[in-house]
Amino acid sequence: MKHLLGIDDLGAEGIGEVLRLADSFLEVTRRDIPKVPALRGKTVVSMFYEDSTRTRLSFETAAKRLSADTMTFSAGSSSLRKGESLLDTVRTVEAMGIDAIVVRHKSSGVPQRIAGWIDASIINAGDGWHEHPTQALLDVYTLRRRLGALEGVRIWIVGDVLHSRVARSGIQAFARMGCEVTVCGPPTLIPRGVEALGCNVSWSLDGIGEADVIYALRMQNERMTGSFVPSLREYAARYQIDGRRLRPNQLLMHPGPVNRGVELAGEVVDSPQALIVQQVESGVVVRMAVLYELLAGGGPAREASRFTQEDPTRVEPQPA
Amino acid sequence: MRNPPAWSAPDPSSGPGHWLLRARVFEADDLKRAVTRIAHEIVERNHGADDVVLVGLYTRGVVVARRLAAAIVSFEGVDVPVGSLDVSFYRDDIALRRVSPLGPTQLPGDVKDSVVVLCDDVLFTGRTVRAAMDAVVDFGRPRAVQLAVLVDRGHRELPIRADYVGKNLPTKWDEDVRVHLTEIDGDDGIEIWECAEDEGGAT
Repeated sequence: MKHLLGIDDLGAEGIGEVLRLADSFLEVTRRDIPKVPALRGKTVVSMFYEDSTRTRLSFETAAKRLSADTMTFSAGSSSLRKGESLLDTVRTVEAMGIDAIVVRHKSSGVPQRIAGWIDASIINAGDGWHEHPTQALLDVYTLRRRLGALEGVRIWIVGDVLHSRVARSGIQAFARMGCEVTVCGPPTLIPRGVEALGCNVSWSLDGIGEADVIYALRMQNERMTGSFVPSLREYAARYQIDGRRLRPNQLLMHPGPVNRGVELAGEVVDSPQALIVQQVESGVVVRMAVLYELLAGGGPAREASRFTQEDPTRVEPQPA
Repeated sequence: MRNPPAWSAPDPSSGPGHWLLRARVFEADDLKRAVTRIAHEIVERNHGADDVVLVGLYTRGVVVARRLAAAIVSFEGVDVPVGSLDVSFYRDDIALRRVSPLGPTQLPGDVKDSVVVLCDDVLFTGRTVRAAMDAVVDFGRPRAVQLAVLVDRGHRELPIRADYVGKNLPTKWDEDVRVHLTEIDGDDGIEIWECAEDEGGAT
């Protein structure tokens, strides 16, 4: 795998391999010195044309824990202001001698475009309404750590699906893991034909009692160009997940940042059923796994051992 | 002899030729005696086993470490801490080929001021041991690091030697030394395999 532009790039075994690597890196991040020399000498550039706190920090932390060098490019303080085009900017960055670019952009398809221009690995950190694959991977990782197997787990993705790259990546990733995914929201915020990604559609929260996991999406006011809901208040009345709608046996996820009082009521954000903090924690180890997968070596996966594919000592951790 | 590739032992699953058993050099009893002797040597050299920590390198080194610990407790009565170490992220060939982690690293408590005995099945180029030494010092500064292996087959590419050796086994570079351990392979023993060319070549 050269680039991570969307969940499709990972193929059938790819997600499993990333999760397996993430487990190894979780152990690394718990050490006194949470750093390994795996990507020494590699350079990772983050190019963020859109605001971000957690994704960018988490990518940079991940790269540093693998001993890669990091460079940061933010649209606000770059030559973009002087009118430099995307192509020229990317070529300039490439000329510094880099191995990977982590891209976030408000337009769908920008990472694909950049991948066609230069040799470095491109990681999509969110492009427009299209995809945000590392978010989906960390969501799958978080949920799998909590539940074990994901086969048959029912997930309701609730909210502004239309503008959500998190939802588009999430539906595919959860479906690949064997989850039953339902998207739910007002008809104006559900994209037409979304079923093709492998999910059911519901326009009301009536059936949400069947869900094992509720995944709430942020109302993306910054992407809304028309009026999709009469008012945030009316949206909240019909679609907000609050203490009344979240059942005690259900888990709650959210990609952050949360608009408290809009898609989620404050009380559920702070409840023990919420995995929101764990999602952020998973972000670093999953992004370490993605960087390692893209930048370390090449060729087919090495056999786990010379005689047996699965190493029997692997699954039984020793008493510490 | 074929030119050795720069980064890896011969891969039995690819390339022309097939693997033939050349000799079975250790049976289960021999292997057991070697483990017992190494366990005694470790205790003798360190004047007891109090500060000793056995750290096995994945995959078979982990089993070797557990067996050494079991031997030491049987004659010395000291429960030596056992750890397991995955050196994948410290290897120097990460950029050249795909390196996947083999298992969870678990070091028992603090290695600071202890005598860490790295345990592995076969000592060959020394590159795994180099990576292991780097990994161990990331967990703390041991008083000493020693190395115990069941087989030393020569062909070192780094200035590394073992402190405890089950058997010195002269081999050709392109032969394969296979240590079988019951926990993983279903039986105990050590074998040398050679690669025979398919088209009328060396046998």
